[in-house]
Amino acid sequence: MNGLAVVDPLFNHGVTFAVLLIVVLKCLLGLGLLMGSVIVMIWFERKAISDMQSRIGPQRWGPFGLLQTLADGLKLILKEDLIPSEADRTVFKLAPFLVLVPAIITFGLVPIGGEMTIAGHKVLLQVANPPMGILLLLAMSGISVYGVMLAGWSSGSKYPLLSSVRASAQMISYEAALGMTIVTVVLVTGSLSVHNIVTSQADGIWHWNLIRLGVVPFVVFVIAITAELNRPPFDVVEAESELVGGFHTEYSSFRFAIFFLAEYMNTITMSAIIVTLFLGGPAGWAPNVAHLKWLFPIAWFLIKTIGFAFCYIWFRASLPRLRYDQLMDLGWKRLIPLSLGWMLIVAGFLVAKGWGFMMGAVVLVAYSVLTRAFSLGQTREVGADSVLPIVGARPLPGDVLRSMTDEEKD
Amino acid sequence: MARALDFFGGFKLTFQHLTRPTVTTSYPKAKRPKQPRQHGRHVLNRYEDGMEKCIGCELCAGVCPVNCIYVRGLDNPPDHPVSPGERYGYIYEINYLRCIHCDLCVEACPTQAITESKMFEFSFTNRADAIYTKAELLVDDQGFPQRLPWEDWREGETAMTGGWMRAASPNGDAAYEGVVQWTADLGAGVRAAEAGQSGVRDDEATGSKQIRNIFPKHFEPEDVPLQFRGLQGKLNEAREKMPKRKRKDKA
Repeated sequence: MNGLAVVDPLFNHGVTFAVLLIVVLKCLLGLGLLMGSVIVMIWFERKAISDMQSRIGPQRWGPFGLLQTLADGLKLILKEDLIPSEADRTVFKLAPFLVLVPAIITFGLVPIGGEMTIAGHKVLLQVANPPMGILLLLAMSGISVYGVMLAGWSSGSKYPLLSSVRASAQMISYEAALGMTIVTVVLVTGSLSVHNIVTSQADGIWHWNLIRLGVVPFVVFVIAITAELNRPPFDVVEAESELVGGFHTEYSSFRFAIFFLAEYMNTITMSAIIVTLFLGGPAGWAPNVAHLKWLFPIAWFLIKTIGFAFCYIWFRASLPRLRYDQLMDLGWKRLIPLSLGWMLIVAGFLVAKGWGFMMGAVVLVAYSVLTRAFSLGQTREVGADSVLPIVGARPLPGDVLRSMTDEEKD
Repeated sequence: MARALDFFGGFKLTFQHLTRPTVTTSYPKAKRPKQPRQHGRHVLNRYEDGMEKCIGCELCAGVCPVNCIYVRGLDNPPDHPVSPGERYGYIYEINYLRCIHCDLCVEACPTQAITESKMFEFSFTNRADAIYTKAELLVDDQGFPQRLPWEDWREGETAMTGGWMRAASPNGDAAYEGVVQWTADLGAGVRAAEAGQSGVRDDEATGSKQIRNIFPKHFEPEDVPLQFRGLQGKLNEAREKMPKRKRKDKA
């Protein structure tokens, strides 16, 4: 097996010019598709949310305001690029790319369609299909945390710093639940490759992971990935009313545009990832037409992805922002135990039915203990005895006065 | 369980809004009708014989909460008086960077010399241009306000510069309802009488439409005006959309 086959199975039979050309074309097409869809996505989000708020939305540039994103981008590029004097210049310049590059790479893992035959070569409609694809996805979402964190930290400003602290805490918290739900998918598929995950769901709607795993991992995954994206209702990172603009407050011009671009790219990519992991990706009904067979999976994939992109906009229009402690509660007290328990049950059922029920019982017992613990913790009396004295505290002036004037009571 | 379903009520509401008409208009292309008592740029009125109504008493300047009016009075020259009173407004300036269009000056004016038009679409590129002097505020010989090149007057609006009127008399006497309290002596600037208490109003004449009637779909069911409820509402709505001429034929 050729070493390059890690990137694309086309390289299995040696690197010829035609194969190289196909791969390069695929990369360019993928990038172009992503960029184009970002432009459409920004327009779509602005239009849809303005409809939900009974507004008109962008309308000036192009038909229905379609070119609004281009106009915005042009405006941002022509603006002055500021770097604050307190900023760590190298890291400040690096951070936007740490957000952008993972967003692009992640999209490369998504199978957009089925197979297609070009010049006698069987081509997967997927930019790259590494055998450890799903791990790469997790790694990339881990790296984009660095982008957000370093952007805030290197700005040399307090609000971006606060935002980056929130971002790292939030993204790391939800990464656990995210990872655990992905583990259930990997368990049931038996492979880390994204292509295999999709093909294992190809036999109809009852084989989609959404139904095969029970709906719980899907729900957990959607919530966790929304938090991972810093999108509403989990956008405490960019809470305008609290943090000015969040981690990109100090960014301007093209660097800001990159953050903006990456955010929307991630939204599209994550919608595509949800579709890939739980809704069978390009799977769907296709008529037996001779030369257009490759078209239908692509259409199915696009329909499903657009559906989820719309869901994100819908969330944004409908849900208020969570308070920070509610966010952490949801992540640590609800989603992580839920996804962990569900993973154990799924693992049990994969071994044998008996093991599955046993795991279910164990998880139920653990949940009741956990619920009891949470309720005990919440009803705990907080009084003078339960709080440690503050180290180095000075008595308040009122206390001093009272001790001088009040009579001692025995 | 009901509370759990409430959570999805929000989603339902936002989804319903997708089908409802937008509240905003694409402004310079489509303009919403102005309200009958819209406050806009001021005008200084004249009597029928062309004399200015302003007597330079400075009450408007005194009552102005933002100090945007500057008035200086002067004794009328005996041979050719400017106003019928003893004095006249020698200097009259309004700074529109400060004016909040509260209309207190109009209420304070003892001779109804200053009134507000409905015109609010005017802009400047220069701070000095924001100060309107007497030369710009005064109406012309026919009683119409001056249409300055940077101002955007809508059709028929110059005839509605004054005549701020009361729905009923100041004492609350309903007999005065719909009676214009003020008349422009030069014949221009009288608005149609609006009715306040009886609820009878002629939207065609006052050139306006109640917001309630423009957006009935955005209200809670119990707040929707009666003529827009149910089947009859659908009919009325369709009739609204018909061209004006056809509508009159049917009525």
